[in-house]
Amino acid sequence: MASFTAVKLKFINTSMNSQFIQSLIAGIFIGGLAGYLGSLMVTKKMALAGDALGHVALPGMGLALLLGIDISIGAFLSLFVGVIFIWLFGLRTALPMETLVGIVFVASLAIGFLIIPQFELVEALVGDISNVTQSMAVVSVFLSLVIFFILRKLYPGMILINISEDLAEVRGIKVKLYNLAYLLLITAVVSLGVKITGSLLVGSLLIIPAATSRNLSNNLRQYSLISIFMGLLSCIAGAFLFRYFNVPAGPAIIIVSTIFFLASLLKKK
Amino acid sequence: MSRMLEVKNLSIELERNLVLENLSFGVEPGETLVILGPNGAGKTVLLKTLLGLLPHKGTIEWRKGIKIGYVPQSLPVIKDIPMSVQDFFELENISEEETKEILKSVGIEEDALEKGINQFSSGQFQRILIGWALIGNPDVLLFDEPTTGIDIGGEETIYNLLEKLKDEKGLTMILVSHDLSVVYKFAANVLCLNKKLICTGLPKEVLTKETLGQLYGSEIKIYKHEHE
Repeated sequence: MASFTAVKLKFINTSMNSQFIQSLIAGIFIGGLAGYLGSLMVTKKMALAGDALGHVALPGMGLALLLGIDISIGAFLSLFVGVIFIWLFGLRTALPMETLVGIVFVASLAIGFLIIPQFELVEALVGDISNVTQSMAVVSVFLSLVIFFILRKLYPGMILINISEDLAEVRGIKVKLYNLAYLLLITAVVSLGVKITGSLLVGSLLIIPAATSRNLSNNLRQYSLISIFMGLLSCIAGAFLFRYFNVPAGPAIIIVSTIFFLASLLKKK
Repeated sequence: MSRMLEVKNLSIELERNLVLENLSFGVEPGETLVILGPNGAGKTVLLKTLLGLLPHKGTIEWRKGIKIGYVPQSLPVIKDIPMSVQDFFELENISEEETKEILKSVGIEEDALEKGINQFSSGQFQRILIGWALIGNPDVLLFDEPTTGIDIGGEETIYNLLEKLKDEKGLTMILVSHDLSVVYKFAANVLCLNKKLICTGLPKEVLTKETLGQLYGSEIKIYKHEHE
């Protein structure tokens, strides 16, 4: 009986270990990718777009939780619908885009609160990396790599657009196409990110590593590399805090990355 | 040789305001044209329209196959991005050697390559922007409001630099300025603009008391021409 319990415990331990490794791997890839994309968003002064979109993802995540499908799929669909609504509103009114995004984002938040059962609400809001299955981890890694290589290809053009759309256009860059691709990439990364930090905190996955990197770097190469590094390091640290101290991973990741940011402020300008 | 640029009956309307009306002019190869006018006259709008950035009526015809370089008035956002001079040039995928060569030609020292783009004075930054516009060896340079100041520690002004580049590379130039002295510093053709075409031709001939009054308002009474 005792040996049976020991075997059972060992089994739980290994399954927990492999669970942990899956979470860790998903965190490393998604965190690094979010850091990389964030480096573009911070230069475009679009740092809060990730936050707004994170909230827009909530109703879809709720549906996904109810139906038992991957929350990233729900998030992506929700974001897609949300972006279409923002676009349609834009056609009907002269109100600034920011206001329309604001409306769609609070409405989504409200819908999300209504349809997500109490028990799952916290998971949707702050994430739960212990839910990452093996197939989810594999898919996350694959998608992260695909998005990373697309981003890397578009990065110089995006930076040029951030500097000046006119200059980019004169140089033959299709600015509208780039901006569309940019929006889609943000949508995709937010959809992946909600798995790690939940809807409420996904924006910080995009902003904080890039902000830290901005303080530490002197050139573009350092800037993007440190952003990636800060993103994945925060996720690793968050995952370990979750594993060994039972702290919810989402908030832990954000707190760790905020500590890195605070440390970066020590560097003289 | 055909003209570099031929503009016919150009009208530009932005947000239902007629910014420019029925403008026609041309630019010859090797010519320097200064688009002169007060603030709000529609100069930058014209420049951007020539670059194909704004919708318009009428025709704008560049000679086939020519390359255009554009030097914008300023790039405020660039200082928020951690970027070295080399990074800035690498956005256009050119080699370090080419970058060094271009920098040399605009009077920026080679060791500036690694320096952050936000560490330059506005005069030096303008040189970097000119250098950037020279990537790919353009035939025409469009320049929005060159600064009139002299660099501290250097006697060569932006105008000397532009003259030099013009001689070396045979560039055609279109400059926008609100500054009358620019026209005389360059022995250039002038196109005076205040919502509509007021005068066009050689400065000495077309910049009269009347046209300047139309251009800058009638309160301008005294105008000295130093070269006479």
